[in-house]
Amino acid sequence: MMKRLFLIVLLMPFLVVVEQALAEQNIATLRSAEISVEPDAPRMGNEENKDMKRKRNYPMQPPTIPHKTANYRIDLNSNKCLSCHSRRQVDESQAPMVSVTHYMDRDGNFLAEVSPRRYFCNQCHVPQGELKPLVENTFEDIDTILDNKKKKQ
Amino acid sequence: MLNKIKELWQTISSPSRYFSLGILIIAGFVAGVIFWGGFNTVLEATNTETFCISCHEMEANVYQELKSTIHYSNRSGVRATCPDCHVPHDWTDKIARKMQASKEVWGKIFKTISTREKFLAKRKELAQHEWDRFKANDSLECRNCHDFQYMDFTRQGKRAEAAHSRGLAQGEKTCIDCHKGIAHELPDMAGVEGWQ
Repeated sequence: MMKRLFLIVLLMPFLVVVEQALAEQNIATLRSAEISVEPDAPRMGNEENKDMKRKRNYPMQPPTIPHKTANYRIDLNSNKCLSCHSRRQVDESQAPMVSVTHYMDRDGNFLAEVSPRRYFCNQCHVPQGELKPLVENTFEDIDTILDNKKKKQ
Repeated sequence: MLNKIKELWQTISSPSRYFSLGILIIAGFVAGVIFWGGFNTVLEATNTETFCISCHEMEANVYQELKSTIHYSNRSGVRATCPDCHVPHDWTDKIARKMQASKEVWGKIFKTISTREKFLAKRKELAQHEWDRFKANDSLECRNCHDFQYMDFTRQGKRAEAAHSRGLAQGEKTCIDCHKGIAHELPDMAGVEGWQ
């Protein structure tokens, strides 16, 4: 009994290695080159710049940015996004104001300025590229799910 | 002392004893060409990017920041150098700016921004000087290349077109009012109009 246990423990690392090797062959990869090769960087895609609001996939989704944001800087000193989208600027810029939740702290108290935890816009809001998706997206929004359910009934 | 001055004045005011009028005119002309040409050559030499970034204050801070912006590197390869934006192109304005720049020599000698920390501490003041200058001359250095007369609004983005036809076209706004920090990083913008 003791001997068998000892053998299993001894072989454990080898088993893991074999398992990994088998697994690697089946991993679908977006990297179309050997791991030891550095392939050429893919061409940079164009950011969509149509200024048309996009549909949200679910009500709480942070809206995606319908314009270019290349070279927009957000750091401790300045926030280029807020120079149009902050409460004080929207009359001049005619841009949509950042939602009121951005002026709340996490306890729901209203602040005079955009809350520091909402300051870095591109943590949630991103522009979209004019690209072919690398993988198929199987997301279904709530309307589709409800419709399917109705059909089944 | 007074006698010496009087003597000098007499020498200058009396006619030439040895040289003919022709020689004097030609020599004067040649000397004029040399002095004037020399002056302008030196002036132009101080009006190049190589000269600007020969000081580490400019090379290590503002020049490095410029490099990643569209005024340095872009698809068509047209670029702006330091004096294109920071020195007026007309001769008289250029001389006026060059005289102001003697303050910068003072700053170099007394190491006003000799370290990154000193530079960052002074950045807002320095930026404010440039913003004021652009505001005062209606963004002349921008307009040397970006001429409003020839802007095709139909080739601009919707937002750009709207903003340009609102503020800029009516003359209420000038380029620098909105386009701050396009070639260098910005200082702390708290309290600057239009930023938060």
